[in-house]
Amino acid sequence: MSDARAAILSRLRAAPQLAPPEYPDWQPPRFGNRLERFRIMLEAVHGEVYEVAADQWRERLRAILSAKGVNKVMAAPHLGVDWPEILAYDRPVEDLKELLVDGIDAAVTTTRGAIAETGTLVLWPDVDEPRLLSLLPPIHVALLNQADIADTLAEMMTAQNWAATMPTNVLLISGPSKTADIEQTLAYGVHGPKQLIVLVLQS
Amino acid sequence: MAADFAHRAHDALNNPQLRRNFRRAMDGLMAKRAVQFADQGDWTKLRARGAAIKARALARLPDLLEEFERKATANGIHVHWAETTADANRIVLEILTAHDAKRVIKGKSMVSEEMHLNAHLHAHGIAAVESDLGEYIIQLAGEAPSHIVMPCIHKDKGEIAQLFTDNIKDQPYTEDVDALTAAARTVLRQQFAAADAGLSGANFLVAETGSLVLIENEGNGRLSTTLPPLHIAVTGIEKLVEKLDDVAPLLALLPRSATGQPITTYVNMITGSRKTEELDGPRQVHLVLLDNGRSRVYADAQLRDTLRCIRCGACMNHCPVYARVGGHTYGSVYPGPIGKILTPQLAGLDCAGDLPHASTLCNACVEVCPVQIPIADILVRLRTEAAEPSASPAVKGGGGGGSVVENTVWRGWTAMHANPAAYALATRALALLGNFIPAAAPLLKQWTTMRSKPKFAGKSLHQLARDKGFDHE
Repeated sequence: MSDARAAILSRLRAAPQLAPPEYPDWQPPRFGNRLERFRIMLEAVHGEVYEVAADQWRERLRAILSAKGVNKVMAAPHLGVDWPEILAYDRPVEDLKELLVDGIDAAVTTTRGAIAETGTLVLWPDVDEPRLLSLLPPIHVALLNQADIADTLAEMMTAQNWAATMPTNVLLISGPSKTADIEQTLAYGVHGPKQLIVLVLQS
Repeated sequence: MAADFAHRAHDALNNPQLRRNFRRAMDGLMAKRAVQFADQGDWTKLRARGAAIKARALARLPDLLEEFERKATANGIHVHWAETTADANRIVLEILTAHDAKRVIKGKSMVSEEMHLNAHLHAHGIAAVESDLGEYIIQLAGEAPSHIVMPCIHKDKGEIAQLFTDNIKDQPYTEDVDALTAAARTVLRQQFAAADAGLSGANFLVAETGSLVLIENEGNGRLSTTLPPLHIAVTGIEKLVEKLDDVAPLLALLPRSATGQPITTYVNMITGSRKTEELDGPRQVHLVLLDNGRSRVYADAQLRDTLRCIRCGACMNHCPVYARVGGHTYGSVYPGPIGKILTPQLAGLDCAGDLPHASTLCNACVEVCPVQIPIADILVRLRTEAAEPSASPAVKGGGGGGSVVENTVWRGWTAMHANPAAYALATRALALLGNFIPAAAPLLKQWTTMRSKPKFAGKSLHQLARDKGFDHE
């Protein structure tokens, strides 16, 4: 295998050297009202966006989950989600697989922020909120602080210096899971959540 | 492998259902893309940025590959190098065997199609199930993708409904797209849960951070790379970018060019295997870097631009040839304009030499390419490479010299245009005698079987101009 490595690299190095071009000017766009742009873009791809006062999201969440007829909800315990059947993702996936794959109705996660340009949630999964929490249950409820909405991905990556701090997994989520593979007809929930609900906590 | 494009094109053109399916799909995709890039000023700046990002990365490719390998390895990703698809298949099989993995779930990957990985694994007793809905459908049908982004674009819902009824237990016949999607979700959810390994491609590799970037809409890519205990990614060596900041402009180009979406539902950046304290994610991540002729493409300063491709498929969506003949006609994994320049370079002009001719050079692909690949120029170059005899051809399988008759005709054509006296003589002769050449004459026949025979004017353009009083203009 190391032979292949040496052979490939030596062929590439033997090729003509071309000077790398300069980056031409390009500025990512800015938006006057980031929340409004975020809402328009996410609703356009079937996401639901609710604005709620920061101290009232638990009541609002309970009302939304009740309206959707949800039973089992999974969320990190420190969030203090008020729900009768609440479970935590507190063991390795190997011990929780069956429940996660087919036993949870809704998951609640926090977010690192959002991107106004494309209506995108930014998640950095961690021990409290592992990667599959936002993927396997059919409903994903995401909590987003309004102040954490950036104009663009480019702006957020640079401002937060992602390059120096990349976690195991970074997720950008823009709507519920969807496909258009059958006659370009949109269908939701092909593998991931069928519904994506965002509670925007107002500062 | 891709020989005989003309015969397959003839069959495709006489298939009204295929024509309908592609026409509808291409019209939809073109309209959606046009909405995304309505502002020409923004589009021009953004694609210039995208082209520069890829050109910069290619200019430093060997260094970036080493930097990526160093960073990814430090993050716990095992990096492998494969010269050929056979090598890549062997590496994947070895990893799977070492983990005693029998069931593999696959996210969408064109490089795995290039490797014909499923067949290789099947021959060694390992079942690989496609989980992208379109790929799953064509796997049920035993077919190859006909489009790099929308693999089952050639099928309508009636054909898909029948496939599901025939292949999925207790599945009633329905053409309801939501019901078909739900059926696939149920079947594939169980496959995900049972899989010993997940296999994916990668859209970008970031040298600066050692990250793999994968984009998708369904969640199959996220599941394949998160739920099974082992993740193997396969991708081409040209997927490198220098910096994480390079990803944002490319993400602003790729989904909009491909399907007219502002962004895909999921963008998944993977920078390592599961850490001790983490509760999910694969315990091992492997990445196979495939050459398969790419380093030879790289060796030529002009042809190197082929490797900028980010696989959006906009070139095929806008191609008047592709829209009419469909993806399977190309007889290769990568169809359409990008396939016409990539396949002959990877497989060899001696195998796929007819593909560069399956083009009218209308330039539609060049106008929409988000990384400004000069596809038409490269098509012409490949035609030349095939026709000019060479002992050390720049392109694999090139330099064969082409058809003697055709080359003689072109030499005559060139000589005629290089000499004013010869030109005047030839045009006068054709004006007098051209209309007496029968439509079924050799060489002319191939043109006139499908088209009217051109009528020669009584006077050449030069003569007409002189009559009007222009001279030596």
